[in-house]
Amino acid sequence: MAKKLINVSVNGKAEEKAVEPRTLLIHFLREELNLTGAHIGCETSHCGACTVDIDGQSVKSCTHLAVQCDGSEVLTVEGLANKGVLHAVQEGFYKEHGLQCGFCTPGMLMRAYRFLQENPNPSEEEIRHGMAGNLCRCTGYMNIVKAVQYAAKKLQEPVTA
Amino acid sequence: MIPPRFEYHAPRTISEAVALLGQLGSEAKLLAGGHSLLPMMKLRFAQPEHLIDINRIPELRGIREEGTTVVIGAMTSENELINSPIVQAKVPVLAEAAQMIADPQVRNRGTIGGDIAHGDPGNDHPALSIAIEASFVLEGPKGRRTVPADGFFLGTYMTLLQEDEVMCEIHVPAFAQGTGWAYEKIKRKTGDWATAGCAVVMRKSGDTVTHVRIALTNVAPAALRVEAAEAALLNQPFNATTVQAAADAATAACDPAEDLRGDIEYKTAMAGEMVKRALTKAWALCS
Ligand SMILES: Cc1cc2nc3c(=O)[nH]c(=O)nc-3n(C[C@H](O)[C@H](O)[C@H](O)COP(=O)(O)OP(=O)(O)OC[C@H]3O[C@@H](n4cnc5c(N)ncnc54)[C@H](O)[C@@H]3O)c2cc1C
Ligand code: FES
Ligand code: FES
Repeated sequence: MAKKLINVSVNGKAEEKAVEPRTLLIHFLREELNLTGAHIGCETSHCGACTVDIDGQSVKSCTHLAVQCDGSEVLTVEGLANKGVLHAVQEGFYKEHGLQCGFCTPGMLMRAYRFLQENPNPSEEEIRHGMAGNLCRCTGYMNIVKAVQYAAKKLQEPVTA
Repeated sequence: MIPPRFEYHAPRTISEAVALLGQLGSEAKLLAGGHSLLPMMKLRFAQPEHLIDINRIPELRGIREEGTTVVIGAMTSENELINSPIVQAKVPVLAEAAQMIADPQVRNRGTIGGDIAHGDPGNDHPALSIAIEASFVLEGPKGRRTVPADGFFLGTYMTLLQEDEVMCEIHVPAFAQGTGWAYEKIKRKTGDWATAGCAVVMRKSGDTVTHVRIALTNVAPAALRVEAAEAALLNQPFNATTVQAAADAATAACDPAEDLRGDIEYKTAMAGEMVKRALTKAWALCS
């Protein structure tokens, strides 16, 4: 099967690659680009460990083809920190103990990153509903709710130099 | 996890997509949101040799009003339905029910057209589209035809769609002033398909039901309109007796499959319960 040439921006960097149509975006990111933060926890599109941001939306990259990303902007967990300074969601998960084994965390962070732009002032119920596409085995979700609340607050603080 | 090999096509117009379907025949499948098709390919339940991606066809997108008809592009995502002011105002049951479908990530990709075209009895849009009296615009090599939702669903994964047709638009009559509605869905957890579900659209005059549509999710090989249940209410007063009669008629029509969501008795009983809850909620919204 003929490979297709795609141009995709990943974490702000232009990538031009030839991909087989059946290559899942998650494998493209992990195996072609060595961006191994995004994980695979299922084959039925339930767990959300593979969540990345594509053109401003949270998407499960195990259920999207790399070839479909031609012309797209993709953001992964490796692109969240800015010049080494953690993004508010990363800081929130760290401060509130929102991770243990860390396997769900990249997907959780990418979802929280977008969710807080969709809803900057969420209630606890809205957080639980907004994060419902991401499963976690370790935390019981309680501290993840607190982590997202921490990040929501931090994102609304006035920026200081 | 690993889908079989296939060739990929990304047409920019509906007519190009229809032409590709014609050329490639039954070896080709349309790729919409991909959140039913890719999971099936990853488990090798489906092995199409060609995927025709319809995500780059602008004509299949957008929500607009034409007179009293709401026109929804087949490639409208679930989240676009939820956030659409037109849908919220004119067909509120769709905006509310879409929030019960899957999860935020899936709703960014999964489309209303794909949910309907897939013909899965577990999907929510089939029953919803029957209750709101939607019709579907299908384009094939000979042009366009419009078919009603009621009658579209023939069996599990089987619809009136022909292999060389693309669903382009979903047409829905805007709710008349005072229309009541509800979608009641019992599920094991957020993001799961219904154990049983019921969509209701209703209008009243005084304490009499003047219009009612009742459709069921996941309790038969395909979404089901229950006309006998509607007949139990139409032109009748709305009370415990008529509601029970409607629920009994609905459970009599159920033919669910036994699986991990429950056995036949449980699913049938839950369908009756969802009918009662949906009717009660819809009635309360009638004015
Ligand atoms: C974790 C998870 C949970 C889910 N939960 C629910 C749920 O609770 N309720 C629910 O209803 N759904 C649920 N879904 C299904 C999901 O919403 C699907 O996205 C949807 O059913 C299919 O739409 P799609 O756009 O992804 O279509 P695809 O998967 O791309 O296509 C499905 C089928 O329809 C055909 N098709 C698609 N578009 C057209 C068109 N325009 N014309 C002709 N044929 C077309 C395709 O060729 C294919 O055969 C869930 C999915 C997942 C992964
Ligand atoms: S790997 Fe589980 S949803 Fe993508
Ligand atoms: S921290 Fe282990 S799965 Fe979430």
